[in-house]
Amino acid sequence: MTDTSPLLAIRGLHKSFGGLQAVRAFDLDVTPGAIVGLIGPNGSGKTTVLNLVTGEIAADGGSVRLAGQEMIGLPAFRICRARIARTFQLVRILPGMTTRENVLVGRLFGAAPVALEPARRDVDALLHRVGLAERAEQPGAQLTYIDQKRVELARALATQPRVLLLDEWLAGLNPSELQIGIALIRQVRSEGITVVMIEHVMEAIRALCDHVVVMSAGALIAAGAPDAVLRDPEVARVYLGDDDA
Amino acid sequence: MADKALVRWGIAVVAIAVLAAVPLMVSAYTVSLFISMLAYISLATAWAFFSGRTRYISLATAAFVGIGTYTVAVLSDHLPLPVVLAIAPAVGFAIAFGIGLSTLRLSGVYFVIFTFGLAELIKQLVIWFEINQTKTLARYIFVNASGTLIYELLLATAVVVIAGVWWLSRAPLGYALRVIGEDEMVARHAGIDTTRVKVLVFAATSAVMSLVGAILSLRYTYVDPNIGFNSLVSFQVLIMALLGGIGRPWGPALGAIPLVLLFELLSGTFPHHFGIALGLCFVVIVYYLPGGVMGLVDRWREW
Repeated sequence: MTDTSPLLAIRGLHKSFGGLQAVRAFDLDVTPGAIVGLIGPNGSGKTTVLNLVTGEIAADGGSVRLAGQEMIGLPAFRICRARIARTFQLVRILPGMTTRENVLVGRLFGAAPVALEPARRDVDALLHRVGLAERAEQPGAQLTYIDQKRVELARALATQPRVLLLDEWLAGLNPSELQIGIALIRQVRSEGITVVMIEHVMEAIRALCDHVVVMSAGALIAAGAPDAVLRDPEVARVYLGDDDA
Repeated sequence: MADKALVRWGIAVVAIAVLAAVPLMVSAYTVSLFISMLAYISLATAWAFFSGRTRYISLATAAFVGIGTYTVAVLSDHLPLPVVLAIAPAVGFAIAFGIGLSTLRLSGVYFVIFTFGLAELIKQLVIWFEINQTKTLARYIFVNASGTLIYELLLATAVVVIAGVWWLSRAPLGYALRVIGEDEMVARHAGIDTTRVKVLVFAATSAVMSLVGAILSLRYTYVDPNIGFNSLVSFQVLIMALLGGIGRPWGPALGAIPLVLLFELLSGTFPHHFGIALGLCFVVIVYYLPGGVMGLVDRWREW
């Protein structure tokens, strides 16, 4: 793992909100094709990292490089077109649009965009891949929770990412849906897409991640293979407490 | 399918030809009523293309109409009419572009209030300039334009605006505006250059408003800032678009026609209570027709 140069390299990332240091001196290397888990208690800065990497908020300092290209300072749409895609902690569905229209935006405006007709065809293929083929014409507002999650994944994939950032994408799914979700993420990786996932579902982290990093109070406190990291007493103290084993 | 499209084109061409011939067949009063309708059709269609889709509700329509009117008032003595009519939308575009860059980061109610304040500010600036610099509060417009010419110019504008909106509605740009209206954060992270899309479309639709204001000004012989920058216009255009329904290219036009007739009737019949009647219209439309006339048509079709 160390002999491959990282696809995504985060160095010294900083962000303060007023007096609160939400993210401080955060480093992360993500090797191509990996699934990296980003865990930590609520408020530890995980989503802020994701927002900084995708240009949703401006960093106070640090560097985020995708295959050597600096992302910090670029607007969100440029980072998307540079092939970093994301989903959102609270599902963001376009309620007045159909499933197809919800996903089409990524193919029309993401990396390597195409014209309307080929974009529709690509989106229909993508909907098929994530199990939404039958819901293509359904309004976003009428979709079930798991289908809304699928739409978000499909929309992110439609932008043709090299790195996919998932923000608690598996949260709130029931046990059988969770298995579907885990299988979908595996499938994404098998297509050559590198994944960074913020997640609280330990079962998914153990099943999917090659590497896990733990944040607490804005800083990285542990990193390594999932089993080793989850056994770390410091991690257990800040994060797992006694509600998980 | 191709036959159907051909029939539609045929109907459109015949309709435009018939409309173009209207001034030959009707009284001067009717022509002036049609002039108002055509002007508001263009204004409401342009307004809805930006504000209806993006949900950035602008109350600056009056400002851009006034900019067009004043461009004619200031330049018509010095330049030929076609040149003046070309300059007016360019001025509207440039001003809207600058405003858009600085304000389209505002969202929701802040944008609404800002645009309203902006329209008022522009009016007050013009008043200040006229009083302190030109030492006059009013201007005369000496352009020899017949009602027929004004009508044909506005008809051409309305045809181009509706056709443009119809075409762009099916293009990625129209879709991008809808995505921005649904969830701007999603739009940004799916690769839409939201700032560019918003600023350019805001400026382009504002240019249409300035062009309409410029053409309409040819009706007046006398204009002052309260006539040129009448803030009521912003609300009338908004309510027309809401009545017609903002989801369709034709919607705002369908809202403009009955409301121009209604406002004409009201201002003729109750000149002193026009404001009350207008307020009642707003309340009824917003309360009973949230989807507009086109929404009503859809509901009928579903039955």
